[in-house]
Amino acid sequence: MSDSHVYTPYHPRWLRRRVSTYWWLQKWSYFRFILREGSCLFVGWFVLYMLLLVNAVGKGPDSYARILEWSAEPWVLGLNVVSFLFVAFHAVTFFEAVPQALVVHIGRTRVPGRLVMAAHYMAWALASVLIAWLIVGA
Amino acid sequence: MADHITLQVARYRPEQQSDITFDEYEVPCPKEWVVLDGLNHIKDRLDGTLSYRWSCRMGICGSCGMNVNGEPKLTCATFLADYAPGPIRVEPLPNFPVIRDLIVDIGDFMQKLVRVKPWIMRQTEKPVSEGEYRQTPEELDEYKQFSMCINCMLCYAACPIYGLDPKFLGPAAIALAQRYNLDSRDEGASDRMAVLSEHEGIWGCTFVGECTKVCPKHVDPAGAIQRYKLTAALESMKAIFMPRGA
Repeated sequence: MSDSHVYTPYHPRWLRRRVSTYWWLQKWSYFRFILREGSCLFVGWFVLYMLLLVNAVGKGPDSYARILEWSAEPWVLGLNVVSFLFVAFHAVTFFEAVPQALVVHIGRTRVPGRLVMAAHYMAWALASVLIAWLIVGA
Repeated sequence: MADHITLQVARYRPEQQSDITFDEYEVPCPKEWVVLDGLNHIKDRLDGTLSYRWSCRMGICGSCGMNVNGEPKLTCATFLADYAPGPIRVEPLPNFPVIRDLIVDIGDFMQKLVRVKPWIMRQTEKPVSEGEYRQTPEELDEYKQFSMCINCMLCYAACPIYGLDPKFLGPAAIALAQRYNLDSRDEGASDRMAVLSEHEGIWGCTFVGECTKVCPKHVDPAGAIQRYKLTAALESMKAIFMPRGA
């Protein structure tokens, strides 16, 4: 506990227990939270990698071939697989949280949280299909 | 089912010791007994020096919150038989200073609660002769969930952010502020915003979500905080793009 509370100086005998450095290992929900927070570095890498890829595509076939070759190196491939898993984890935990943060009304009726979450998954799926069509089909 | 169960009860006698120790007591374990019944049995029959808070025994007063096997629980709503064959470890709520045995100091929470002004505020009161402030069932539903809070502080005990930074306003205080912000009769949302929007207010929350899981009244303080983050962000945007008001 912090010593900043106004009552602290007057009650020196009260026991203030320190939070363990390893508090995040005490419960699965705490560990999941730390995993979500810590893995944002991988999400950042994923964004950076996408920008590098778009940049290479913009510079022409040689540049694109070079980045494909670099991406096939085991450490880049491994990093991207791990990053993809964390990005998917972030997306799922974000969609899980949406109904708690976003309350939607249609007229005077409150839309159930499950529907709000389902709408987000639908939007995700549609966006993925659109991007896949642009890259592969168009 | 075993007819007795062991309670490992945290003891802290400030005049004798500098840290918590545990005393073990064998208590009867009929299926209708809750942890609080076990503590009352200890107090009445085995060791009268044990100190703890309790009052209503029916999950309304919120005073018997303790850590039971590492989870913040209302001891009047936690059955001994669910932990058979035991033992059951009973400790004071974490994240609060311990005064004695299972009693924690709640002064910090009480100060924070007052800061968010958890009462209905009106810009102008209408005369009594004009009657009551009426409300539709839909308007009631908007805040009813948050009005179920009994100030038991289990959410503070479960929140690692409050444990690490006691300046954080905390889940229950914010949920109760939202209870009044969402009340159609209230006109005090702008008064509460300054406190809620400060760094130690809603933005201190990193959405661990454990407060909602331990809440015995299904209040969902984590949801209240995330909803208010959205409200505060929209208000900030409005202030930037519409400085003279909408």
